[in-house]
Amino acid sequence: MRIALLGNPNTGKSSVFNMLTGLRQKVGNFPGVTVDKKTGHLTFGGESHEIIDFPGTYSIYPRSKDEEVVYKTLRDPTSADYPDAVLVVLDAANLERNLLLFSQVYDLQLPTIMVLNMSDIAEKRAKAHNLDVLQSHFPEATIVQTNARVRMGKNRLLEALQGLKERKGHCFHPKGLVAAMDDRSAQETETTERFEKIASLLKSAESTLDKHAKQSKLDRILIHPVFGYLIFALVLIVMFQFIYAFAAWPMDLIDGAFASLSGFVADSWPSGVFNDLISQGIIPGIGGVLIFIPQIAILFFFIAVLEETGYLARVVFIMDRLMRPLGLNGKSVVPLLSSVACAIPGVMAARTITDWKERIITIMVAPLMSCSARIPVYTVLIAVVIPNRTVAGFMNLQGLTLFALYALGTISALLIALVLKWFVQQRAKGFLLLEIPELKPPQWSNVGNVVWEKVKIFVWDAGKIIIAISIILWALASYGPSGTMETAAEKTRSICMEKGLSKEETALKVSSARLEKSYIGRMGKAIEPVIQPLGYDWKIGISLISSFAAREVFVGSMATIYAVQNDGEDHRPLIERMRSERNSKGESVYSLASGVSLMVFYVYAMQCMATLAVVKRETKSWKWPLIQIAYMGALAYLGAWIAFNLLS
Amino acid sequence: MCFVPLTSMERLKLSNVANGQLVVVHAIEASDLRVKLLEMGLVEGKQLRVLYRAPFGDPMAIDVEGYVLSLRKDEAVLVDVEMQDVAQ
Repeated sequence: MRIALLGNPNTGKSSVFNMLTGLRQKVGNFPGVTVDKKTGHLTFGGESHEIIDFPGTYSIYPRSKDEEVVYKTLRDPTSADYPDAVLVVLDAANLERNLLLFSQVYDLQLPTIMVLNMSDIAEKRAKAHNLDVLQSHFPEATIVQTNARVRMGKNRLLEALQGLKERKGHCFHPKGLVAAMDDRSAQETETTERFEKIASLLKSAESTLDKHAKQSKLDRILIHPVFGYLIFALVLIVMFQFIYAFAAWPMDLIDGAFASLSGFVADSWPSGVFNDLISQGIIPGIGGVLIFIPQIAILFFFIAVLEETGYLARVVFIMDRLMRPLGLNGKSVVPLLSSVACAIPGVMAARTITDWKERIITIMVAPLMSCSARIPVYTVLIAVVIPNRTVAGFMNLQGLTLFALYALGTISALLIALVLKWFVQQRAKGFLLLEIPELKPPQWSNVGNVVWEKVKIFVWDAGKIIIAISIILWALASYGPSGTMETAAEKTRSICMEKGLSKEETALKVSSARLEKSYIGRMGKAIEPVIQPLGYDWKIGISLISSFAAREVFVGSMATIYAVQNDGEDHRPLIERMRSERNSKGESVYSLASGVSLMVFYVYAMQCMATLAVVKRETKSWKWPLIQIAYMGALAYLGAWIAFNLLS
Repeated sequence: MCFVPLTSMERLKLSNVANGQLVVVHAIEASDLRVKLLEMGLVEGKQLRVLYRAPFGDPMAIDVEGYVLSLRKDEAVLVDVEMQDVAQ
């Protein structure tokens, strides 16, 4: 049996889903839309049954392309996910609005179960429902009361599913569900008529009722013109502190584990192409995927807590007016700020934005926020070209430069959003009809589920692309046109022998020579004429191409090219070497002009295949990641060119 | 003194209603968003209370008989309401 799970947002629908399926969930796609399809399994009557969690919606008539999936699936018996039964979760504290969706679904003539989910708030309001009255208006539905927060009502639900009532054609609305998906006026009439009927039935169904929501004292502070923003800033600071403090050591652990694993494979397996592929291509590729998990997990832990407590709705409320002139939405704030840690969870967090246009713009500009992978690049380049001195009395010039790079990224992101606002087309105007749920403590099992789901999506969906590109980059860096790499390596080895260099120094020089003759080295040389106007030589060209794996690869790649030791933390030998690098005319390669030009390039360029893979995953098309590469590449080139020419 | 019919005097746009004020929905103007506003429960005769506004006065939060809905000024303009009790 296939069961569809429907309900308004904020009804406890995901709690019901988690209660029924536990961790037996997987995330797939609804065809043609960017909505995730969460499916789970539950066993009763000795059989396993599939349950599909549909996106939360207030009506069966869609507001956005993504919401069409509910209408299309339920109204078309030939659709792939057409259910055998429907569970509709209703928030017992807010029956009136919730009954609209229920009455629509009921009229579809599918076996339907009304899940009256009691929230703590409903209990607090002491709402008692006369179930007989509800039953008399929906005679062919089964009514089940639950409190999914405390996992109450699972057995009653399973019983109801086993004894589904047969449909005999009874409809709540005399004409049934009639409006076509795009017939607004018919929908308006039908909705009004349904609400009239619902209002009259509720008069007799609800006994006591504290009808009115009030603004709590806490809310008064959370949306305060001064304290509201201060509290939000504080929440963000705590969030980033956690990410930097707690993501660092698992990341180092993963990094170290994969480094020793590939070392182990390289040493213990028979050497050859297969060994190289495993130890230098696949293992580092998998490591390159897993390294992001700590940041993604921590960030989504916080986002899920903020969402569960209802605080996120307050953030959207106070930020919306500020973001709107930029073509963004109050909900864009969290994705953009998350991108300062890493654009991957940032882009994934943009999913909360229901408006398609605002969501696309958010995703498109998120990678312009300077992420943590740019930090090593910035620090090395700043150390090479920016003098360490005090300006304006107390400010350190190097620190100021770092700040300027972050500011450049942020301001550019906002300005590009403004530009994209004119280019991204949309049928319908954006709107913000957002329910502000009451503040409540988070339900930890839901938080855990969100984190688990996000990590899984990243590893499976984006991981495939990341590993594939890692292998390609590895192949480009380890192979060259027949024999040239070996010849160069031999030549370097004999020169080193003559000079009497140590084994370590020889090894460094040999790998530098090999890299120069590899395909990637040739590509670096091939693009030299293009990057020369920016002040770069082919060695920088190689690093730009390798950076595509991840920006921080720049540092390692530079170390290989200049044949210096680089043990991750201590960049001093590399910095010294880069400072002394001269071109054929005897000028410094890393002058102030070329150094700043390179920094500007890294602020703008879309050199992160992992982000591209996630953008493809989230927009379900290659169109957007390709546009992203193009526009960010153009910005990077132009910005770097301007910087170089202004400063030289 | 001239006589102004009470109803026309008291009818106004939801976007212009002060915080704390109790109003009743009179009509939703024809627009793409009309059906969405209806679905959120803003049907004719529905009692609403304007609760609070975000800094800069937009968006606003209203109580729709038991739940809090936030909507932008652009959206609130579409909702014609009648004052209920001036004292509140």
